[in-house]
Amino acid sequence: MNRNLIIGGLLSSLFVLAALLSFVWTPFDHAAMDIPAKLKLPGAPHWFGTDHFGRDMFSMIMVGARTSIAVALVAVGIGMALGVPLGLTAAARKGSWLDELIMRGNDLVFAFPSLVIAILITAVFGAGALNAIIAIGIFNIPVFARITRSAALSLWERDFILTARVSGKSSARISFEHILPNVMNLLIVQGTIQFSLGILAEAGLSYVGLGAQPPTPSWGRMLADAQTMVSFAPHLALVPGMAIILTVLGLNLMGDGLRDYLDPRLRVVRT
Amino acid sequence: MIDLKKLAFASTIALAAGIGAAQAQGDLTVAVQLEPPHLDPTSAAAGAIDDVVYSNIFEGLTRFMSDGTVVPGLAESWEISDDGLVYTFKLREGVTFHDGTAMDAEDVKFSLDRARAEDSVNAQKALFTSISDVAIIDPLTVRVTLSEPNGLFLFNMAWGDAVIVAPESIDTIKTNPIGTGAFRFVNWVQGDRIDIEKNPEYWGTPARLDNATFKFISDPTAAFAAVMAEDVDMFSTFPSPENLPQFEADPRFQVLVGSTEGETILAINNKLPPFDNVKVREAVAHAIDRQAIIDGAMFGLGTPIGTHFAPHHPAYVDLTANSAHDPDKARALLAEAGFPDGFETTLHLPPPSYARRGGEIIAAQLAAVGIKAEITNVEWAQWLETVFKGKNFGLTIVSHTEPMDIGIYARPDYYFQYDNKAFQDLIAELNKTTDPNERTALLQQAQTVIANDFVNGFLFQLAKPVVAKIGLEGFWVNAPTQAVDLTAVGWTE
Repeated sequence: MNRNLIIGGLLSSLFVLAALLSFVWTPFDHAAMDIPAKLKLPGAPHWFGTDHFGRDMFSMIMVGARTSIAVALVAVGIGMALGVPLGLTAAARKGSWLDELIMRGNDLVFAFPSLVIAILITAVFGAGALNAIIAIGIFNIPVFARITRSAALSLWERDFILTARVSGKSSARISFEHILPNVMNLLIVQGTIQFSLGILAEAGLSYVGLGAQPPTPSWGRMLADAQTMVSFAPHLALVPGMAIILTVLGLNLMGDGLRDYLDPRLRVVRT
Repeated sequence: MIDLKKLAFASTIALAAGIGAAQAQGDLTVAVQLEPPHLDPTSAAAGAIDDVVYSNIFEGLTRFMSDGTVVPGLAESWEISDDGLVYTFKLREGVTFHDGTAMDAEDVKFSLDRARAEDSVNAQKALFTSISDVAIIDPLTVRVTLSEPNGLFLFNMAWGDAVIVAPESIDTIKTNPIGTGAFRFVNWVQGDRIDIEKNPEYWGTPARLDNATFKFISDPTAAFAAVMAEDVDMFSTFPSPENLPQFEADPRFQVLVGSTEGETILAINNKLPPFDNVKVREAVAHAIDRQAIIDGAMFGLGTPIGTHFAPHHPAYVDLTANSAHDPDKARALLAEAGFPDGFETTLHLPPPSYARRGGEIIAAQLAAVGIKAEITNVEWAQWLETVFKGKNFGLTIVSHTEPMDIGIYARPDYYFQYDNKAFQDLIAELNKTTDPNERTALLQQAQTVIANDFVNGFLFQLAKPVVAKIGLEGFWVNAPTQAVDLTAVGWTE
């Protein structure tokens, strides 16, 4: 076990646990407003203070973690579910028109600045968590398609694939039975990285008002709400800001650690 | 000796600083939130146009003062016939437009006829509907005949929508406004600023400033930064009330909070079920805690209202008790109306913080009695399209900043679609009434009718926070109409 993996894993699981716990328990009702008790600094009983409506920031961070994780997780899921088969197909039909079509389509999506397109999508179809998921998800497709294809291409040259081909397996079966398990390690590593980027993207979209709509708490919107009050109530920005930083840092460290641990290329070097 | 040198050095610096300050004495940069779409106040509803041009560039026959009184403008005096139907305006002599042409009876007739014409695009056509004829007696006398007495006629003529424009410059008015005011239009850098300069030919008291620049800053954070960095000398209607205590504590700034004509309401779509049921609207009214909204969304800035009327007006009736915060009563009313478990609706919120933050609070208050309001944040263009024109909404929050606008409740096609024949008759009678006491009685009756019908959720009267540098004086604190009148603004010596 390496240090990155441990620290990253601990930080990430902290937020995942907070999100899971929020389904059954939060210190206060995250939506309950208590305007006379607004802008309280961190301390008992409000461990992270209260916001401009007197809502408990700790509870909002817990429920907000749920929003962030749900959006990022589903977005990565969309990317994997569509990107991986596309990458496998492209690799199996290397050099064919299908390969060209898939990869140039990938280039096309890559060529657009992702956040700008996400803003466009949410602006056209309306703001909300679901559209944010779709927008972020679309940009995960080429990431997974490309990484799957490049890893699969080198696998197709290997002897065990040749054996499988000689024994008469179709390229679709080979892709799923032999190639996919061998690129899984890479996908897990990439998935972790994309997950952290998804959390950032969700926060960014919410910050400009295109993510989850109130009253659903979202870290990005908490930051946006805090903007004009930072100078006299800094905890309003610090709390969600630190939550975003620590989660993204944790996931990135975990991704790095997983790469050292899982990536076959790096493993060869170590042994 | 050394001390003397230091003293001399210090005074040199002070002198230099003094000169620097003196050079800036005639200049002013004032920030407003919204950029106008164009600069013709007679063909659009956008208050942002009046912010820039009202009284500064364009003037009407009468004009508003900061305290809301109506005083002579381009009309020096007037006579009203005994039956209240004929107004004979005596125009000021020697008034010229900024292009040098004389302002005379022709221009007045042109402006009024243009505003009341069949194809007029004036946003407040109702101001002119009582006019039946405009006649030129001589170059400085105009006779306006009304079809029926109108107690508000002189008040109506003070609106930004009733300013006097010239036929010679009407084609380019939207980009190059030519008026009679104390300032001339110089330049408009779209998306950034509008420059105006002193009109040396002005007929009245000349402006104290030589140059003024309007800057457009709608983002509260940018607004805070611009004032703190002294990029702007004054911010008229500062967007984020939460920052005002910081300006108050800063010796560089003065903060003045004035009243506006802005009744901030939770508008209800009266035609959309279940809001067509008065019990449901009453339930909404009792679910709302006004003080929580004022404290939470406006940081205490604003006066609670119980009807659609400005509290600083002498005819105001305090009806807030009529719709006091009472969640239990709200739940009981909902049950009576057939919604014991509440219902779902939409809540459209335009950008200002009174709407966005107020909306979050109202959604929580409605949820407490079982009404689930789904929040949709919209930009102004989208709000005008969906809510105001399309009437495709359940609830929305907006501030009605026009003065004396209770008459909108007599328009059944107005976006909240309140259709009450009795009320319409009441307003028709009010428009005909000239006697001040009778008018007050009718206005109070009108306020009570809409409050008892719970047409909308009446929230609070919008306050107008002005942040200005110390030393600036003569600006409007109250806003009897939307305007940033700079004609009397200057720096203290």
